[in-house]
Amino acid sequence: MADLAHARTAPLVDENRWLRMLPDVCRWVLRGDEPVRAAAEAALGLPVPAEACRAGTSGERAALWLGPDEWLLIAPEGQEGLADRLARALEGRPHSLVDVSHRQVGLLVHGDVATTLLASGCPLDLSDRAFPVGMCTRTVLAKAEVVLWRTGVDEFRLEVWRSFAPYVTQFLAESARGTI
Amino acid sequence: MLLINCPYCGERPEPEFVYGGQAHIARPAQPAGVEAQDWADYLYRRDNVRGVHAERWRHTRGCGRFFNALRDTTTDHFLATYKVGEPRPAAGGTR
Repeated sequence: MADLAHARTAPLVDENRWLRMLPDVCRWVLRGDEPVRAAAEAALGLPVPAEACRAGTSGERAALWLGPDEWLLIAPEGQEGLADRLARALEGRPHSLVDVSHRQVGLLVHGDVATTLLASGCPLDLSDRAFPVGMCTRTVLAKAEVVLWRTGVDEFRLEVWRSFAPYVTQFLAESARGTI
Repeated sequence: MLLINCPYCGERPEPEFVYGGQAHIARPAQPAGVEAQDWADYLYRRDNVRGVHAERWRHTRGCGRFFNALRDTTTDHFLATYKVGEPRPAAGGTR
């Protein structure tokens, strides 16, 4: 009998040209009103978008708009200190800053089949016009909730809750089997 | 696929949303002073409209926000969506 326990913990990523696991990063979810957004932007030196469904980047750091008062902040591993800097800048302002670094994993879907693969499970219009580079949003991929961020014409970053990752990667592998 | 116009994110597919019940139901300011029957009505009694219905929706798998919508229950057409706190738009029909 196939080892299902192994299948659960080892997503089908390494073998695929169009899907790979991204390195671990620091992640926070920041919630607050407009002054909090502006203060965070100043403290991080990173555009924190006020515009809906847009991502701001500076080097390897990014701020993704998830809701009118909610952003996902991403920074390379080792920059845990950013949270302290941010917390100091936001002192006295009502806000919430939660470390979710290990809640989710990053996946990169890339190549000219990227939109086709994602469209097999995501109901959004992924054309350039409707979902341009730099757009990000929380959405669904098959049965899983994901954050989808278009980082290039043929390149999408997926932020998937850790326990959903095997499901998502296996779902994409399955759709690739019928597509590629 | 049915598209719903989220006031924050724009037109998005229906699987991202969940229905949140009838809109514009205000909680009594002084619950202790409310008659039992009125309190029960507040808690449990809802309109069952054939036609335009004001209802709450939540963009759960998007921005996560609640908003209000006018939907025709006979055609499933969304006539308007608007943010919580805004008055019900004039668009369409009977209550």
